[in-house]
Amino acid sequence: MNLSRKWLNEFVTVDVPDREFAEAMTLSGSKVEGTSVEGSEISNVVVGQVKSLVRHPNSDHMWICQVDVGQPEPLQIVTGAQNVKENDLVPVALHKSTLPGGKKIEKGKLRGELSNGMLCSFAELGLDQRDFPAAYADGIWILSDDPELTGLAVGQDIREAVGLDDHVVEFEITPNRPDCLSVIGLAREVSATFDKPRYFHQPEVKGGADGVLTELLDVETPAADLVPRYTARMVRSVKIAPSPKWMRERLRAMGVRPINNIVDITNYVMLEYGQPMHAFDYRYVNGGKIIVRRAEEGEVLTTLDGKEHRLTANHLVIADEGRAVGLAGIMGGLNSEIVDDTVDVVFESACFDGTCIRKGALALGMRTEASAKFEKGLDPLNTLPAVNRACELVELLGAGEVVDGVIDILNYVPQPTLLKLEPDKINALLGIDVAENVMYTYLQRLGFETTMERGVIKVPSWRGDVKRMADLAEEVARFHGYNNIPSTLMRGQTTQGGYSPVQKLENRLGSLCRTCGYSEIITYSFISPTAYDKILWGQDDFHRKSFKILNPLGEDTSIMRTTTLPSMLEVLGRNYNNRSKSAWLYELGRIYLPGSGDGLASEAQILTLGAYGNGMDFFTMKGAVEAIMKGIRAKDVRFEPCAEDASYHPGRCAYVYSGTDIVGVFGQIHPQAAKNFGVDGELYCAELSFDELLIAQGSDPEYAPLPKFPAVTRDIAVVCDEAVTVGALEAAIRKGAKGLLKDASLFDIYRGKNIGEGRKSVAFNLTLRADDRSLTGEEADADVKSILETLEKDCGAVLR
Amino acid sequence: MKEQLAKIRAEALSAFEGVKDSAALDELRVRYLGKKGELTAVLKQMGRLSAEERPAMGQLANEVRAALESALDSASRKLEEAALEMKLKAETVDVTIPGKQIQVGHRHPMNTALDEIKEIFIGMGFTVLDGPEIELAELNFDRLNAEEGHPSRDWSDTFYFDEDSRVMLRSQTSPMQVRAMDSMELPIRIIAPGRVYRKDEVDATHSPMFHQVEGMVIDKNVTMADLKGTLNTLAERLFGEGTVTRFRPHHFPFTEPSCEMDVQCHKCGGAGCSTCKGEGWIELLGAGMIHPHVLEMAGIDPEEWSGWAFGMGLERTALRRFKIADMRLIFENDIRFLEQF
Repeated sequence: MNLSRKWLNEFVTVDVPDREFAEAMTLSGSKVEGTSVEGSEISNVVVGQVKSLVRHPNSDHMWICQVDVGQPEPLQIVTGAQNVKENDLVPVALHKSTLPGGKKIEKGKLRGELSNGMLCSFAELGLDQRDFPAAYADGIWILSDDPELTGLAVGQDIREAVGLDDHVVEFEITPNRPDCLSVIGLAREVSATFDKPRYFHQPEVKGGADGVLTELLDVETPAADLVPRYTARMVRSVKIAPSPKWMRERLRAMGVRPINNIVDITNYVMLEYGQPMHAFDYRYVNGGKIIVRRAEEGEVLTTLDGKEHRLTANHLVIADEGRAVGLAGIMGGLNSEIVDDTVDVVFESACFDGTCIRKGALALGMRTEASAKFEKGLDPLNTLPAVNRACELVELLGAGEVVDGVIDILNYVPQPTLLKLEPDKINALLGIDVAENVMYTYLQRLGFETTMERGVIKVPSWRGDVKRMADLAEEVARFHGYNNIPSTLMRGQTTQGGYSPVQKLENRLGSLCRTCGYSEIITYSFISPTAYDKILWGQDDFHRKSFKILNPLGEDTSIMRTTTLPSMLEVLGRNYNNRSKSAWLYELGRIYLPGSGDGLASEAQILTLGAYGNGMDFFTMKGAVEAIMKGIRAKDVRFEPCAEDASYHPGRCAYVYSGTDIVGVFGQIHPQAAKNFGVDGELYCAELSFDELLIAQGSDPEYAPLPKFPAVTRDIAVVCDEAVTVGALEAAIRKGAKGLLKDASLFDIYRGKNIGEGRKSVAFNLTLRADDRSLTGEEADADVKSILETLEKDCGAVLR
Repeated sequence: MKEQLAKIRAEALSAFEGVKDSAALDELRVRYLGKKGELTAVLKQMGRLSAEERPAMGQLANEVRAALESALDSASRKLEEAALEMKLKAETVDVTIPGKQIQVGHRHPMNTALDEIKEIFIGMGFTVLDGPEIELAELNFDRLNAEEGHPSRDWSDTFYFDEDSRVMLRSQTSPMQVRAMDSMELPIRIIAPGRVYRKDEVDATHSPMFHQVEGMVIDKNVTMADLKGTLNTLAERLFGEGTVTRFRPHHFPFTEPSCEMDVQCHKCGGAGCSTCKGEGWIELLGAGMIHPHVLEMAGIDPEEWSGWAFGMGLERTALRRFKIADMRLIFENDIRFLEQF
């Protein structure tokens, strides 16, 4: 919402610099987004008088003018325009002047003749024909030809001379304060903020036009529930013309383009009162009857912007007996538009249901200035003064004659809100100590009235947002000053803060991943449905069942992921294609699984690792998985091959188990899947279920005494079939040991001719120890013997 | 004999002095102090001396031996020291050669900012809550005073999963206020960080998915002054001691009075610059006293209990904290970006 400070000053005089004004208004609750000064891009441009002009000796279209700009000597200026005459007053951009768009003017020579500046058109000053309808469009702006430009003085700053010097303040008005979407509404806030008196004026209409209003016009509101109030007046013998300069200036300052006197009046009243107005041509209201009704299904209406709309019963229309002539609260119809030969005009000033207007505008994709106001809920008591103000302006501008009387249909019972002022409660809520009479003063400044009953106040009709004590507290706080409320520390019962076990594990997992060299990423929760294809999931894979957004931004972000893998692969692909040599990444992110009882998702967290480069291979990734499992003290961790996960290389993928539970899967991404993400190298990922990690997590560590006696180590190498896994050999070793084995670690796998085709030699380093004595060689040998026997029996592995 | 001893002493000491390596030193030791050495040879002549001469000469001989032994020791030490020195010299490395690379992962900058915020509030007795992102409109809107017809409920603003606009992606972390009120015992002090979703196209300052931190306190006699005190503490901890804040009236459906907190622009100190768009202040968060109707809907008597709440955007805080120019970097996860933090 833009506010002209000139217009504002008509109601309340506040004479402080823009910045100070903005600061004070912001702190009292009317947030200022910025301030600007009209014509601020223009400098060093003045009114000049052409004293003489002669043809340029070296040009057949240029003129050399001697221009009086209020300096002791006239300036020589060359112009190419053909409409300049002696004694004309014109805008002169002097040497070192600036014009809108950053254009700079300096003196120079034009075809050998000195020119000390430039004579300007209105376009060069950032104006257009609608701002100055009397001006000649092609050529220099002859100020002296415009009868509305009075009191011009040679040498005067052009901004002041043509009224291009208003200060404009841009407000961000919150949706609870539609009353502030008007000059009068803001004037109330300004008056209360600066504690300055305000002068509001009661519109006075002379009337007296021919005819009796009730005979000329009949209004019915069958959709009474959507039309709390409908007010209308009529103007006859209208003379369509441009509106006067002062009105055009104000409209321009507020960002509205002038059109003609009648349309400008409706806009002017909307800006001043915050009440949207509509004017329509009476001759197109068939039967002189206005009916405010719900649209018929499929009814067609072309609005003022020339667009045709097919309506539904959710739309509210203004109609005559035969057809719709306007979309109530949104935009008028083209069929009843004010045109140059309009003679009789109906002014509508109504209050429509906010939700109905909002939905209607939204459905048609045409949010207008009017609908934006209506949707917030307007004050029905404002319609009458607004329509009277419009008629008053018609008379002031001599734009027509107003018919006596007002049509005013009230479909609601005005009920003022009465609230009890409870100073103690307000002080307690705010943590301040403001006296009751001071609170009254604040409220009175805003238009709240005291009533007969002590302690009871009447909320003004335009403050529909004030309903209870907390709302009054906010009004008191605003004018006491939010920054005058003390800053205290909380008292009351102490509470125990901290992390839950789940959050502790989240933190732990993150720090483990980073220790292993993986950096954290954050990816979108929504993905494209094609992501499931890219990770090679079968078309009928039930994991594809996802929450689908009905109104997504785009297909790419339309479903809630049931796997984090595509998100990780996309990031790996992006880094790969940025030519980063390596990327080791992790994310602890959610997946969203349908099927939860309450209609919501089951939102599970997945710890996803993904990497390429810097030596990344299957066993490097496995090392990270092992480190994570070890880091959370998971018990009974083992790995089994996984050939059935379509996203992974069938021979380089494994499940990680804790006990009998699968915690997750990891391995090399299937080359085809990698390719689908633009990667022709090897990618490795791990997907671990957070819930399973939480279950697998071991209890807090307990100290185990350090060994007192030395260990005996033995290296063994056994030969077995290629198909026998190291895991199986390890299991046999553990099984065969008789309680002295503390550790068995793989140190070599050898294949060669001397071993035989299809066979391998696997070497382990065994550590044996007793907790209560030094082992003898014989004891150790007995254990190793048993281990070797078991290896042979279970795995067919024989000592090499 | 006396002369002989003096000669040996002089010769030996000078020889020890000039020795170059341990082999030569050993040779000298044998030559002078060995069983067949020169000193021993002299001592063997002691028997020929008279009984009167013998003690004096014996003493002298012992003195010479002690002197030679001590000189030998010190020569040997010197050689060792020299040898060690040479060894160390030979082992000199070029310290400017890069160290062996140990890859350490990096925390995402946004979560670093979040961690800081969590720590601050945990220190003040707050619990951290998590909740669903696919949420009921009832909790995201109705229970927060944003009734049917509120503009934020429009399909142009919020993502929905059903035609009845019942299930949605939460547009704010504020439904966590309601979930906390419904499930926790009073008094309550919580923060609830998490992902939220709005129908904004991606640009330098917008993303359809972003993060917020919600905070809420409900207790007896909680005041707006407490809200200010707590949030001022937050600002100081996040942006440094002496950080200047201001509170402005604002509007949120679920708080009354409502406010926004600004932090004085770190770049211009309030004078106005491009960072703060000339205002001198940068908006940090929205807050307010919990609307009594929101308490009532949760079955909490606003006459007995009061509370305050705030919500802040995490991306914007992280962007400011680390001077990141573009929000898209947060979600692009370029390793060259991540490794900077």
